[in-house]
Amino acid sequence: MASDKVKHISDADFAAVISSAQPCLVDFWAPWCGPCKALGPVIDEVADHFAGKAVIAKMNVDDNPVTPGKFGIRAIPTMILFKNGQLINQITGATAKAQIIDLVNKAL
Amino acid sequence: MAKTHYQLIILGGGPAGLTAGLYAARARLDHLLIEKGATGGQVLNTHWIDNYPGFPEGISGFDLMEKMAAQAKRFEMNSIMNDAVKVELPEKAAKIIHLDDGSRLTCDSLIICTGAHANNAGVPGEDRFLGKGVSYCGTCDGPFFRNLDVAVIGGGNTAVQEAEYLTKFARKVILIHRRDSLRAAKVVQEKALANPNIEFIWNSRVTAICGDKEVEAVEVTATDGQVSRRPVQGVFVFIGITPNNAGLPLDRLRADVGGFIPVDTECRTCVPGVMAAGDICAKKVRQIVNACGEGAVAVLSAESYLATLEHTS
Repeated sequence: MASDKVKHISDADFAAVISSAQPCLVDFWAPWCGPCKALGPVIDEVADHFAGKAVIAKMNVDDNPVTPGKFGIRAIPTMILFKNGQLINQITGATAKAQIIDLVNKAL
Repeated sequence: MAKTHYQLIILGGGPAGLTAGLYAARARLDHLLIEKGATGGQVLNTHWIDNYPGFPEGISGFDLMEKMAAQAKRFEMNSIMNDAVKVELPEKAAKIIHLDDGSRLTCDSLIICTGAHANNAGVPGEDRFLGKGVSYCGTCDGPFFRNLDVAVIGGGNTAVQEAEYLTKFARKVILIHRRDSLRAAKVVQEKALANPNIEFIWNSRVTAICGDKEVEAVEVTATDGQVSRRPVQGVFVFIGITPNNAGLPLDRLRADVGGFIPVDTECRTCVPGVMAAGDICAKKVRQIVNACGEGAVAVLSAESYLATLEHTS
């Protein structure tokens, strides 16, 4: 089941969302990317895990070309972790849930 | 307390694992399939599949795997999303699976379908530019290279098919292969060799991936020692696979030098009650269609093994 805890963001609200004092993980994905779709349920579970403690967001790179360009994203899925608007860490490729949780935990 | 013992545990949810799940569910075995992400395996990286029978127009990798999962779910395949970090195969007692959340499951029989993942080229610059021009999935990342030039490393089916696919986006695709001919299926070769947007560089290896913040060029070294530099903005690596065997007792399973697990024609490993299916097996042909076949065979072998346990207990 898709989690309602995952925030779907766009180029328009990106800056506002990542300026959060809570860690914010953005999963850059696209509908034509199999591994991105496979990562979907993992992101859902990560969002449920961090409900209220961190922002877990997804951005469709097809609909939002500006932000991925700004961060030089040339492969998806790519997850970027922000805190107070600053880039803290970045992972490319389908990643196990525990590893993503670990990454966000370090920024809490 | 949550259930911790099963008659059968299946590790991995690619084509072999999902077929095993389907057969186990239909056999009403007390089973559990463990997959670390969502189901699908390497097939998810494949844009289009033309060699899986039953789909005359072909099918996308994602759709095929979604259908396989849905079919297994229709018969109530039991699955969880978790990472099996360690497998123990004691001589007499039940097989033990350690999960990444620290919990432990046991089973009477085990089917290993953990598959494989793409090899790295192992050249300078590869790690540094991962996600910044270096990619292992044309389907995923091709659209980021619209009107740019990219290099493809490899000469097998995946490499040639992906090179062809990348010409939809890239201005030019340079395929760099260490031999003087391709290993890909003839029909795949013919299409690629006739494509004016693919340039072939034979008898050569990529020896470095260069750039500042993003990929800007590859260094190509020919068999005769000549070194050249080709400007590209992307590098796609398709040079074989490495088995996903972390946490498996490789000595006990008598894994080969590459880390693949030998099985007999019934998909049995040398450990009683432990089967393997799909790309993790030591074998020559790694296609979706035989992975599925092995998944089915492995469950039938598991059933035979479980029947012997009932007789002796």
